[in-house]
Amino acid sequence: MTRNPHYQFVGIHNFQKLAGNEMFWESFKIGLVWAVSVTVLQMILGMILALLLNANLRFRGLTRVLALIPWAMPPVVVAIMWRMLYSPNAGPINAFLGFFGFPSGINWLGSFSLAFPAVIVVGVWVGMPQTTVTLLAGLQQIPVETMEAAQIDGAGAWSRFRYVTLPSLVPIIAAISSLNFIWNFNSFSLVYVLTEGGPGGRTMLPMLFTYIEAFKNRNIGYAAAMGLILVVIVTILLAIYLKLQLREGKEGK
Amino acid sequence: MTRTLGRIGQYVLLAAFIVFLAFPLIWLISCSFKSSAELNSLSVNIIPQQFTASNYSVALEKQGLIRSAVNSLLVALASTLLVVAISLPASYLLARFGGKIRAIGSAWVMVSQVFPVILIILPLFLILRAMNLTDSLVGLTLVHTTYTLPFALWMLQGYVANIPFDLEEAGAMDGASRWTVLMKIVFPLLAPGIVATALFAFVSSWNEFFFGLVLLQSPENYTLPITLKMFIGGEGKVALGPLAAGSVLAAIPSIIFFTIMQRKLISGMMAGAVKG
Repeated sequence: MTRNPHYQFVGIHNFQKLAGNEMFWESFKIGLVWAVSVTVLQMILGMILALLLNANLRFRGLTRVLALIPWAMPPVVVAIMWRMLYSPNAGPINAFLGFFGFPSGINWLGSFSLAFPAVIVVGVWVGMPQTTVTLLAGLQQIPVETMEAAQIDGAGAWSRFRYVTLPSLVPIIAAISSLNFIWNFNSFSLVYVLTEGGPGGRTMLPMLFTYIEAFKNRNIGYAAAMGLILVVIVTILLAIYLKLQLREGKEGK
Repeated sequence: MTRTLGRIGQYVLLAAFIVFLAFPLIWLISCSFKSSAELNSLSVNIIPQQFTASNYSVALEKQGLIRSAVNSLLVALASTLLVVAISLPASYLLARFGGKIRAIGSAWVMVSQVFPVILIILPLFLILRAMNLTDSLVGLTLVHTTYTLPFALWMLQGYVANIPFDLEEAGAMDGASRWTVLMKIVFPLLAPGIVATALFAFVSSWNEFFFGLVLLQSPENYTLPITLKMFIGGEGKVALGPLAAGSVLAAIPSIIFFTIMQRKLISGMMAGAVKG
């Protein structure tokens, strides 16, 4: 990078080059799988935890505080911590598996097939607090009378959830899951510190790919084109999703 | 009978969540107190066989760590000051006289969430390079401020909007000047909001990794997350104990602040999620 670079307008050259860049589209695919699976798992687990926290159980206060910790921690520290948990020799996860007679000594973050799922687990762990807390706030806004009425009408726990709780949570679910999707798709630090995109590019999220293009390969214009394409596609996907979600919500009522 | 079984099931699930959420942190803290012999052995214990605080002294003695903690602190404090100084008057105007701009502003805050950090850093990088501020804490402070401002502004204007305008009018009726009304009525009521916004700005900056990674080149400018990352990226065997100790130290301020402000943050998030 020179001090006084001569900029040259290249028109759509960068975009044309991008269309044929298979590694970029591969990384885009990884990013989509990552963002969708982390968002969905966060939503399912967050919903279960929020329902538990909303029920009249002991240790609620403790769990509530615990549930916030992943949110507070610096992403780099989270990644370092999980590297220790996943450690092939001295890691507690392998020790746990070994204790029950499963194969231990697994190199979680270094394995072609396991690195991506392992990284997804960390992503879910980090993002669960926001989801849980938002869903919990939504649950607490549902009037107690509605629930009682459903109960008197003989609705079981599942049908109360399906026909009372879920429909009234639709706007919140739509909002938090689209935010989660964006955050997850754009996430960088966590996976960068966990695997740097390895092994063999199996965890090369789009932001890692663009970062390397911009600051390791020094192709700032090319990276900017990538970033723009990503924003456009993500915005379109999100618009479709929100439209579907909110229409379903209306039909449900 | 099914009821009791249901209850038991609920507690089992809750326990599973507690383990999933808490165990990683417990393990990190445990590692930070283990001797290097124990860390390198194959025995895996939650409670260290021999408690040792030496990891902490080693981590602190490593000059890089203290210096980068100081860097992190300086950048976080400076950007917090800037964020509050800018968002305080701006949020007041937005909440009280914003009208259309307020609606556009809220949409823009949402849109700014869609932009990946890479697209934010590219133009900022070019600007900072032109001003010779790429490898500098001043430059990083400016970037952190830019990045935190939209959300902070949005948070704070929500607090302003919650202060009844009648109070200000009543003050004006009693002959108080605009300045007196602001100082005596608005700011005292706004204090919790300002604290929450400041804490948010501080923690965002303290935790931030990506911008530091892109901008800072010389080790004496590294912030804490960068130095910790360099620990593991370095050649040779990683000293796990000091790394764990440093990580615990880096996480403490954020966890403390978060516990203080959790309710405020949650209501802010809720407002943003529902209205947005």
